[in-house]
Amino acid sequence: MILTKEQQEMLDGRDGEDMAKVVKTLVMYGDAFHAQRMVPVTSRYGHLVTSFGLSMLGSVQGLMQELIDSGAVAKQPFSVDPRPLDPNVPASLLQKAVFAFMYSKQKPYEEQLRKMGLMKENAFTCTNYMKEVGNTPKEGDVLSWAESSAVVYANSVLGARCNRNSGLIEMFGSIAGFVPEFGLLTDEGRKATWIVEVKTTRKPEAQLLGSAIGMKVLEEVPYIRGLDRWLGSELTDDVKDYFKDMGAATASNGAVGLYHVEHLTPEAVRLQEQLIRPDARTYVIDDAELARVQNSYPVMWKNKEAKAQLAFIGCPHLSYAQCIRWTQKIREGLIQCNRSKVAVPTVMTTSPAVADEFRKTPDYQVLQRIGVVLSSICPLMYMNNPLCAKMPVITCSNKLRTYTTSRYYTEDEILTYITKGSVKA
Amino acid sequence: MKTFHGRVVVPGSVSAPALVTHQGFNTLASFQKALMFGDKSARCSDQNNPDLFNKAMAGKALCLPQTIGSTTGGMILYAACEMGKQPAALLFSKPIDSLAAAGAILSGVWTEHGMPTIDSLGDEFLDAVQDGSTVTVSADGTVTVE
Repeated sequence: MILTKEQQEMLDGRDGEDMAKVVKTLVMYGDAFHAQRMVPVTSRYGHLVTSFGLSMLGSVQGLMQELIDSGAVAKQPFSVDPRPLDPNVPASLLQKAVFAFMYSKQKPYEEQLRKMGLMKENAFTCTNYMKEVGNTPKEGDVLSWAESSAVVYANSVLGARCNRNSGLIEMFGSIAGFVPEFGLLTDEGRKATWIVEVKTTRKPEAQLLGSAIGMKVLEEVPYIRGLDRWLGSELTDDVKDYFKDMGAATASNGAVGLYHVEHLTPEAVRLQEQLIRPDARTYVIDDAELARVQNSYPVMWKNKEAKAQLAFIGCPHLSYAQCIRWTQKIREGLIQCNRSKVAVPTVMTTSPAVADEFRKTPDYQVLQRIGVVLSSICPLMYMNNPLCAKMPVITCSNKLRTYTTSRYYTEDEILTYITKGSVKA
Repeated sequence: MKTFHGRVVVPGSVSAPALVTHQGFNTLASFQKALMFGDKSARCSDQNNPDLFNKAMAGKALCLPQTIGSTTGGMILYAACEMGKQPAALLFSKPIDSLAAAGAILSGVWTEHGMPTIDSLGDEFLDAVQDGSTVTVSADGTVTVE
C-alpha cells in the first residue's frame, strides 16, 4: 500500500493515537485485498449500520466514546440504520420490559451518533438513498457505507462505488476521509462472474429471486438476464423498488454487493456484456428453481400450524410508492372478504422522512382505519427480543426471515393472510 | 495428519478443536443470541446453517469457506473478541471476504484477543477437516489437521 504524505503522517500519529489506529485498521483492511492506495470518499454523506444501543455491545459504545473524546469524528455527516424501538409496534408488557433491558443504551448511543456526525435527527433508516431522506449518492461517487441492502442498492441501481464494509470500518472511512481501493471500487472488481438467466413464466417475486441468486453466487457479481421481460427496459421508480427488495435478499441470503441487470442498471446499460468475465458461470432460474428455494426455508416456529400473531411488511423500509400500494392492496383485500380491519396485527415500516410524507395523504387515514401500524422501527431488532422470537411472526422479507424466526410468505400470500386470517383462505 | 498452506491475514499460533461449516458463515445470525444473552460457549444461532446450528463456537478453530450476511459482521466479531467469546482461529478455504477481514483486523488492532486468521487454504482443506479434528495454526500460515 502506497500512502500519500498526509496519510502516512496520520498513520504515524500526527493527529493522535486513535486516528493512527483508525488509519492502521484501514491500511490492514486494504492490505488484505491487495489494495495499492487509498482513494478519497467523495459522497456528501456516509451511512452507518449500527443504530442500536444494545446493552451487551458496550465494547462498541466504548470504542465510539474513545474516538469522540480524542476528536476522531466523521469528516462527513451520515445517516444510520433504523432505530430498534417504537412504542407503537405491538408488544406485551413483558416484551417491553425485555426491550428496555436489551436497548438500555439507546439514548446515550444516539447522543454518541450526534457527536460523531449524524446528518439530521431523524436520519434512521436502511433506505437512506430515498430522495425523501436526502442521502442519495451520484453515479461514480466513492462511499464508505455499511448496511448490506443499502450498499448493494448504491452500487447496482445508483452506480456509486462501495465495498461491503463492516460496521465500524464504514465509520473509520468517514473519519479518515479515505478508503482502500479494492473490490467493488475498481472496474475489474465490478465485472460479473455469474450470468443469471431468468426463465420464469411470470414476474418473479423480488425477494425470492434475490434469495436464489444470493445463495448461489454468495459474494460474487451476477449479471442478470431476462428480467426486462417482466420489468420493462426503463429504470422507473417501481423498478427501483423491485431492485431494492431483490438486492436486500441477495445481500442477506448471500453476500452480494453489486449486481447488474441487462438493459436496466446503469453500468449494464452503458457497458453491456463487457461487464461479463469470459469465465463466468451460468445459473438458470425457472419456476421450479424458485419453488425449490422457497421450500428450502426452515420454519422455526415451535408450532408450525400456529396462527400468525404479527406481520411485518417493509424490510428494507418501504418507499413512498410502496406505502401507497400496500395500503390500497390491503384495503381492496379487506373489501373482498367483508372485513373492516386486518385479521393479523400488521406493521408497515418505512423511513421517518417517507412516513412524514405518507402521513399527509388520504391513504394514511385508510391505513389507520384498517388497523395497520406505520412505523420506522427495524423489524430485525424487534425480533431480536427472545420473547418476540417465540411469537409466530410472518413477513415477505427474506432478510428478516434469514436473521430471525419469522416465517416467509410471498407478498400475495401475506396479503391473503392479513386480510383473510389464513394463507390457505 | 494433513498439512495446508494459506495466506496470513492476522498472524498468530494456536491449537484448537475444529468446527466446520461447508456453507457461508452468517456472522450476525450465528453470534446474535450468544452476544445478547450471556452464552459463554457462543452456541451458533443460525437456523439456516445445519453444520453449525446450536454448536459451541468459542475457542474452536472455525473452518469455513467465507462469511455472508449483514454488514454488522465485522463489528460482531470484534464484539465477540471483546467479550472473550471468539473462535480460537478463523480458517478460510477461499480468499477472505471484506466483513470477516474487518472483524479479524478490528479485533487485532483494537482488542487484546486477536484471532489468528488464515485464508486461501483451498477446497481440499474443508474436505479434510472435520468437527473435533485437532487443528494447529502456525504463524507462517501453515495449518495441520489431525
